[in-house]
Amino acid sequence: MVQTVITPPGRFSAPNLREMWNAREVLYRFGMRDIVLRYRQTAVGVVWVLLQPLVSAGIFSIVFGQVAGLSSDGKPYFIFSFVGMLAWNLFSQVLNRSAGSMVGSQALISKVYFPRILVPLSGILSVFVDFVIALGLCIVLLFVYGINPGWPVLLLPLWAVLIALLGAGLGLAASAIMVRYRDVAYVLPWLVQTLMFASPVAYSVSDVPSNLTTLFNLNPLAWFLDLFRWSLLGTPAPEPWKFVGAVVVSLVVLTWGMFVFQKFEREFADVI
Amino acid sequence: MRVAGLGKTYRIGLSGDRPTTAVEAALRWARNPVRRGSHELFDALDDLTFDIPWGEATGIIGRNGAGKSTLLKVLTRITAPTRGRIELNGRIGSLLEVGTGFHPELTGRENIYLNGALLGMTRGEIRRHFDEIVDFSGVAQFLDTPVKRYSSGMYVRLAFSVAAHLETEILAIDEVLAVGDAEFQAKSLAKMRDVAKDGRTVLFVSHQVQTVTALCTSAIYLDKGRLAYEGDVAGALDLYRRSFEKFALEQRDAGTRPGSGELRAIDVEIGEDQLEPDGEKTILVRVGANPKLIGSYFVSCHINDVNGSVLVQCDSRVVGGWYDAATEHTIRLTVRTPWLKPGRYTVDVFVCKTGVLDAWEGAAGFEVLPHNPYPELAGDEALTKGLVLADFDYKED
Repeated sequence: MVQTVITPPGRFSAPNLREMWNAREVLYRFGMRDIVLRYRQTAVGVVWVLLQPLVSAGIFSIVFGQVAGLSSDGKPYFIFSFVGMLAWNLFSQVLNRSAGSMVGSQALISKVYFPRILVPLSGILSVFVDFVIALGLCIVLLFVYGINPGWPVLLLPLWAVLIALLGAGLGLAASAIMVRYRDVAYVLPWLVQTLMFASPVAYSVSDVPSNLTTLFNLNPLAWFLDLFRWSLLGTPAPEPWKFVGAVVVSLVVLTWGMFVFQKFEREFADVI
Repeated sequence: MRVAGLGKTYRIGLSGDRPTTAVEAALRWARNPVRRGSHELFDALDDLTFDIPWGEATGIIGRNGAGKSTLLKVLTRITAPTRGRIELNGRIGSLLEVGTGFHPELTGRENIYLNGALLGMTRGEIRRHFDEIVDFSGVAQFLDTPVKRYSSGMYVRLAFSVAAHLETEILAIDEVLAVGDAEFQAKSLAKMRDVAKDGRTVLFVSHQVQTVTALCTSAIYLDKGRLAYEGDVAGALDLYRRSFEKFALEQRDAGTRPGSGELRAIDVEIGEDQLEPDGEKTILVRVGANPKLIGSYFVSCHINDVNGSVLVQCDSRVVGGWYDAATEHTIRLTVRTPWLKPGRYTVDVFVCKTGVLDAWEGAAGFEVLPHNPYPELAGDEALTKGLVLADFDYKED
């Protein structure tokens, strides 16, 4: 028989991994709910997932490639920005989805107990489905353009997981803070959009004036975009520190997000 | 299950409230980085210590705001305690409000799995009970229809069925039995009784004395967050009933009553202390004057039975009763139907304008004599079901 002891929470509490594992069914059901709803409610669910990065990449290649005349590391501008959008969407969707999830599940949180951290985490599943669909289109485009990235493509799943974890870490913290401070909901989309233009999604870091390169190198998303393009387009391999940095930063941010979430968790049901 | 020294304290803000936006929080901090916002502490639960043995069905009763629901929330881990320690032997499942976690767009089948998982069932358990759940709810034909197309009755029945098939060793229930039609209620009650008989521990919060007596083998009585009684059901119910009288005495003093106080009821009188079940009930409400209060107000009287259920609400608005606040009024309320069963009744009086000016609970009480208002005599069981009596007859067509 399981014995549960409930005591007042301390100032810092680590997430209870065993409890999370026991409740994995909740994670799965939440994920399924999101996926089913997305593809059942909107008959054009799949089309939507494909159209969005296509249109964005199209606009970017016109604005940045044609109008501004930026280079794209020797690759066709369209596929260059499409891969950028692929990575960026994965990150921003995970962040957006998880950030709003706690406030969106108020009714649930004040009525029934389950490890709350599963609410923001469950968003990742459906975002991954979208990612895989868009990736399929990307592979078709690679054939169309005749680009062969070579063996680095095998590392793509790793980058995808890591960038999702980075987004999840930020999303966890944001979702917890949003419970107490609702205006985070208004600030966050603006921040995310600003970050998109500050990251080399639609342009290449090589076009950045050299006095600003250090600034760009401080942005972990820039590393990820390099890694994604290396794995999918066969652009020159990023510097080794970017590999290490990407792994370390995602794990650190995820852990940080979990702790922030945990710190706020004890008052969720009372505040929400 | 063992609870020791349990306490839950809420902070209630004095100066405004705690900031709800980050900007506000930052501004407040910038203005005054040292001082923490002033707040008052409110003990929703204080120093509760009790044991509930294995296999006991325990009712938790108390007046509104006594902390019953908070206790269940703490026990089911929805909210964390501030002090104390709880030891639970076994998993705890809760039926706090049916249907939370149902998603309107998902089908009945998908919702069973989602809701079951939320309540803490494993996939195997849900699969094992799936047929039983569907059977119990009686919505088998609509399993693959999104629940948004369900009638509210079907929705509630399905939700309750999922929860009722929880296999946790401890089950916490908060007033959910009042769902569905009479037949389904009886079925749910029987199910709950089975659960308790299975040797599982049941915690049951309710205002309905009938269900507590029907279901529970022991009871806890909470008074203002403290444990006032622990023992058999009859003793706890007795305390619960007596608390109404004590409360009525306290409420005589207008200053202690809730409401803005701009206008107070001075006196509430019942035409007669002892009434016939089918007789007219007259209630005289004398309301003071406040020349500074512009406009007119209305009154609303509730008649409650001994268990605290509100039987009738007589709001003067619905019969055009508006009174000028500038002068004193004596208002006569006459209630002709329904007939009341023999027993004690209390009357709550509310004086309202845009907000509540005076809320006087337990303003008066009266007794209905144990007479049979019907032409024929029958055994007691002919009258016991139902909260009130009706003026009815049977005729052959």
